[in-house]
Amino acid sequence: MTGSLASRERATAAVPPPPARRPAGRWLADHLVLLLGILVLVYMFVPIGYIFALSFNQPSGRGATAEFESFTWSNWGSVCEPEGLCESLKLSFAVSLTATVLATLLGTLMAFALVRHSFRGRSASNLLIFLPMATPEVVMGSSLLAMFVSLGFDGVLGFVTIVIAHVMFCLSFVVVTVKARLVGMDARLEQAAMDLYANEWQTFRLVTLPLAMPGIVAAALLSFTLSFDDFIVTNFTAGQSVTFPLYVYGAKLKDFPPQLFVVGSAMFLVSFAVVIAAELWRRRRSTWSR
Amino acid sequence: MAENEADAGKDLRLERLTKRFGDFVAVDDLTLTVPRGSFFALLGPSGCGKTTTLRMVAGLEDPSAGRVLIGDQDITHLRPYKRPVNTVFQSYALFPHLSIFENVAFGLRRRGVKDYQQKTRDMLELVQLGPYGDRKPAQLSGGQQQRVALGRALINEPGVLLLDEPLGALDLKLRRQMQIELKRIQTEIDVTFVHVTHDQEEAMTMADTIAVMNHGVIEQMGAPADLYENPVTTFVANFLGQSNLIKTNVIGTSGGEIVLDCHGQKLAVAAARSHADGRSAWLGVRPEKIYASVAGVEDRTDADVLTGGRVTDVSFIGVSTQYLVAMPWGQELMVFEQNTGSRPSFRNGDEVDLMWAPDHAFLLDADQDAHAGMMRPEDRE
Ligand SMILES: Nc1ncnc2c1ncn2[C@@H]1O[C@H](COP(=O)(O)OP(=O)(O)OP(=O)(O)O)[C@@H](O)[C@H]1O
Ligand SMILES: [Mg+2]
Repeated sequence: MTGSLASRERATAAVPPPPARRPAGRWLADHLVLLLGILVLVYMFVPIGYIFALSFNQPSGRGATAEFESFTWSNWGSVCEPEGLCESLKLSFAVSLTATVLATLLGTLMAFALVRHSFRGRSASNLLIFLPMATPEVVMGSSLLAMFVSLGFDGVLGFVTIVIAHVMFCLSFVVVTVKARLVGMDARLEQAAMDLYANEWQTFRLVTLPLAMPGIVAAALLSFTLSFDDFIVTNFTAGQSVTFPLYVYGAKLKDFPPQLFVVGSAMFLVSFAVVIAAELWRRRRSTWSR
Repeated sequence: MAENEADAGKDLRLERLTKRFGDFVAVDDLTLTVPRGSFFALLGPSGCGKTTTLRMVAGLEDPSAGRVLIGDQDITHLRPYKRPVNTVFQSYALFPHLSIFENVAFGLRRRGVKDYQQKTRDMLELVQLGPYGDRKPAQLSGGQQQRVALGRALINEPGVLLLDEPLGALDLKLRRQMQIELKRIQTEIDVTFVHVTHDQEEAMTMADTIAVMNHGVIEQMGAPADLYENPVTTFVANFLGQSNLIKTNVIGTSGGEIVLDCHGQKLAVAAARSHADGRSAWLGVRPEKIYASVAGVEDRTDADVLTGGRVTDVSFIGVSTQYLVAMPWGQELMVFEQNTGSRPSFRNGDEVDLMWAPDHAFLLDADQDAHAGMMRPEDRE
């Protein structure tokens, strides 16, 4: 009895009580990942927060708008006030939508051909598809300009040439994105559809297309973003036309109207809303059937 | 069988069907007839060409040579959706974006069947998935998915139903239940079933005819009992159940029996059960056909007797006891004995004589591999 007590005492003595600093150390260890995550998020969102803040700024003079001077709602009501801003936005939307539709259509067809059919030069095509992505944009832009000029387009540089250029570089991304989706798709699903009396067109409409759709939508969104954002290639091929990125760049050289921050904030809000809506839709769809 | 005469025109016939993938021959010059309304099982090891054969019947694979016929209609090059054939895919191939209900209704809707809704509900009941119609395939267990695949094909009541291991993912209880259900449906709707399976027990209990396939060719085809009792190749002897194959030399014939010399001991086998023509041959005996007795006690003139055995292993299985008996020439033979309890079991080291009826043995060509078709114990179910 006494012996066991003594040995218990010895046992506790052998393991000294943990030092007082240890809980703090453990807390840090447990939360390090979380902390780092928060820091990275802050790092990502500070510039965006800055855009939001400045969209409510009332600059006193022209030009310098890097500092917050006084608060106003008025910028959000007068987006089109700075000369050419809304025109540039309109052009950007027109270019991006057209380029997206064309690139998504062509790219999807190419992806189907590359995945589903074997033909001479298929592996070569697979490789060549990557080239535009790997080409520096400056090189691409300048060679496009040179080509357009030598083809006699130099008088009419604008919407059409921008769209041609944008479709060209979006295409690779569409092909790669849709191809990834198609490669992961079980060809037996289409065979099962055919086995169940669906002809080629029905199989495509009822099985192939719905299954490929997430890839096609992702490709379209990617195209739109790439095209809407593009500055370098557009700068070479736009002639006298001004897209939104070109406008912002031009404005930076002169004055910098606070409405630019309004457009930036609005674009962010719209994409954010789209992402949230997509997520909600996805969740609802998977819980529906429970 | 009289009413089948009229239906004979609807048999599924494969004529010299061949499929090559590059240089590899997956199905080699296959000819067989599956009578209308029968339950036909295709049994064989992995990679022997079972799926490829089914795919050619379904129209999902182009034969390199040969023809597929249903009745007199040549369907070799018909599009899959024009064939009166449905498939239960080995991998299920359920449409992931459609609900279970829409999956099952798919075939009916493509053919414009009016009351597809009621029929689909009935089919969901039949495969015991009534409450799951609104779910997506990804929300079902493997066994449930398999039943969807089954229902999706069955609902079309095709002339020929191809089943590629349709019960592979089910647990034993559900599997037995679905086997009975399948068999019931098959007799009820009078559909020709071509059923591919690894599971020999499943094939033997369900099928009217079994074809044992190996390396793209059919080794033997027939009623389950015929295949089991009288295999014609070492592959079939080993693949369906287990066999003892003993090296013997043919020394003559006498009165419908072939007389053999087995390491100095004389044996006989019914001539009708001989599938060998060389001088030496494999004598095959199923382990459960062998009777072991204490050495020197019984002397039977009407039986084949091998003396000089010694028990080296005893495993008690419950319904039976399985012995390994070492013979004087070094080979170990398997002997299964029912646990009737009428006599004590042997122990390791006991000296025994082995005997069996001559018309329970079979004789195979000696140039075949005695181990062909053998499964390692872990492959068995
Ligand atoms: N598209 C293909 N290209 C090349 N080889 C193939 C192709 N499809 C099947 N094979 C080969 O043909 C052989 C037979 O394949 P099959 O799928 O018919 O086997 P199986 O008998 O169904 O096997 P399991 O029981 O494992 O399903 C295999 O060796 C396989 O590798
Ligand atoms: Mg298979």
